[in-house]
Amino acid sequence: MSVKDYLRERYFPHMWCPGCGHGTVLNSLLRAVEALGLNKNDIVMTSGIGCSARISGYVDFHSLHTIHGRALTFATGVKFSKPELKLLVPMGDGDALAIGGNHFIHAARRNIDMTAIVMNNRIYGMTGGQFSPLSGLGKKATTAPYLTIDNDFDVVELSRAAGASFVARTTTYHALEAVDLLKRAIDHKGFSVVEILSQCPTHFGRKNKEGDAVNMLELYKANTAKIGSKALKENPALLARGIFVDENRPEYCEEYEKIIQRATGGKK
Amino acid sequence: MNKPMIKFVQGNEACVEGALYAGIDFYAGYPITPSTEVAELLAAKLPQKGGKFIQMEDEIASMCAIIGASLTGHKVMTATSGPGFSLKQEALGYACMAEIPCVVVNVQRGGPSTGNPTHVSQGDVNQARWGTHGDHSIIALTASNHQDVFAMTVDAFNLAETYRTPVILLLDEAVGHMREKLVVPEKGAIPLVDRLRTDVGKGVDYHPYLPREDGRLPMSDFGGDHRYNVTGLFHDMWGFPSNNPTVVNGLLHHLVDKIENNIQAITRYKEHFLDGAEYVLVSYGSSARSAIHLAKNRRARGERIGVLELQSLWPFPEALIRDRCRGAKAVVVVEMNMGQVMRHVKAAVDDPERVFLANRIDGKLITPTDIKKLLRVIQGMGV
Repeated sequence: MSVKDYLRERYFPHMWCPGCGHGTVLNSLLRAVEALGLNKNDIVMTSGIGCSARISGYVDFHSLHTIHGRALTFATGVKFSKPELKLLVPMGDGDALAIGGNHFIHAARRNIDMTAIVMNNRIYGMTGGQFSPLSGLGKKATTAPYLTIDNDFDVVELSRAAGASFVARTTTYHALEAVDLLKRAIDHKGFSVVEILSQCPTHFGRKNKEGDAVNMLELYKANTAKIGSKALKENPALLARGIFVDENRPEYCEEYEKIIQRATGGKK
Repeated sequence: MNKPMIKFVQGNEACVEGALYAGIDFYAGYPITPSTEVAELLAAKLPQKGGKFIQMEDEIASMCAIIGASLTGHKVMTATSGPGFSLKQEALGYACMAEIPCVVVNVQRGGPSTGNPTHVSQGDVNQARWGTHGDHSIIALTASNHQDVFAMTVDAFNLAETYRTPVILLLDEAVGHMREKLVVPEKGAIPLVDRLRTDVGKGVDYHPYLPREDGRLPMSDFGGDHRYNVTGLFHDMWGFPSNNPTVVNGLLHHLVDKIENNIQAITRYKEHFLDGAEYVLVSYGSSARSAIHLAKNRRARGERIGVLELQSLWPFPEALIRDRCRGAKAVVVVEMNMGQVMRHVKAAVDDPERVFLANRIDGKLITPTDIKKLLRVIQGMGV
């Protein structure tokens, strides 16, 4: 099977801007799914609203394109009602951590088995370039013409604190690394988070003078380093990439099976 | 359990019994007065039958979770009250647009805002109709006693499956918390509507949003052989987003027509002492109990008073009301709000000048005396 077999070609061309990183995320994700040899009928992708959310229309899985910020709650309904399904939940930074922030921490707290992919371009792209909770301090956006004064979340630390049992981070420059991390996240039993920095040259890059898509990708290369690498040790200001959390913890759907056992006195 | 079972229960418990009878196997909810007993009871009862109960982090999440679970082929429900019902509105509209069967119970309390959490009200009637944005149609049922709460809950599940739509069950605090007798009928006594699933085979193009000749849309469970897209955007017959004017126009008409063209099949009501009634009381929910009580007493004294009890509020049973109120000296709408159904009754009848409102909005149940006082004024018999 080739990656093309996972796409709904009927719906191409996609609606992402030239140079957008989201297509690279889609590419890495499909390669991960292919490498794991998953059956398409077993995969449900739920997404919310935004540029990132459109990813669910392009894949040949069961796909649920929902409302802003709530992808994880729909996913919870799907997974909890049919635990044998694999849930992939790609979200943008605003989708996952502004309007959807509460759902994000609670899905992590439950450790329900699904993979949250935060496609972090640090901007609201579809509405034309407003700052998000991941933009960071001193950034320019259409709603921050005098630069942002909002602190940003660290997705890794937030996920860890909320109880996610697998947490990783990479960038679209490191597309092969992304394949590997996504594979491990999807294979992981429990709530897994993969943050992928994804360039938005149209809005974030242009406003913040980060150049075109290639320049932005080169910044990902220059400003990040693998966990445990010499580069990171020598320069702790670099953003760490890799796996931050990978633990076996009781998974929500499996724990509920114990409730059914208790409620039925073991007869079910 | 194949014989009738007699119980002495709260209205909220009657709702749970109805849901179990209808085959609920998934519930997601968030605690809120006065509906919480629904969640508490299902937390205990669902796992006993291998079903799933989940307490979500908020009202929005609960609504979204039941939609997700419906797509895997389950019969789903959530319950809430005013503030929670407000929060659920966006996802409710999603269920309208994506045509996902689900049941949403709203045990009404006083509003707006936090309002009067432990007291009765019927202030969410219009919110049930228009709470979510955009043109759409909706089904809303209600009930005045526990036997009917049970029956309407079963009906709510049946209508949700039949029309692939969310169905709202508008209860109120008085009915929800009051205790009275309930007879749970034996299995099979009330017909159940199961999920209509597609018979399109594996490998054949399945169109999730292409209605059959009878207007119904067979579904395919997530996890099955047919992989399709579900979205809240206007979409084509494959479920893929479209802003083609013909597609948009066709879908919106379909969403409204599938319900409005079936008003007769959806309408539920009861008549009490209506034969030859000179005064017609139109009521629903716990208000109808007082209206029926009054009519019964006054009939015994020779006054021709009857009650038209509505059990479905949306789509609004306009033709029924016009017919039953024709020739009445006066029509009195009895409800616990500022006239939400009264306005629609006025629009429905031949002589709107003869429609009056007997209401109470102070958190107390409207009494037969409250209604009688207004009737006396209408009848020219003083205050």
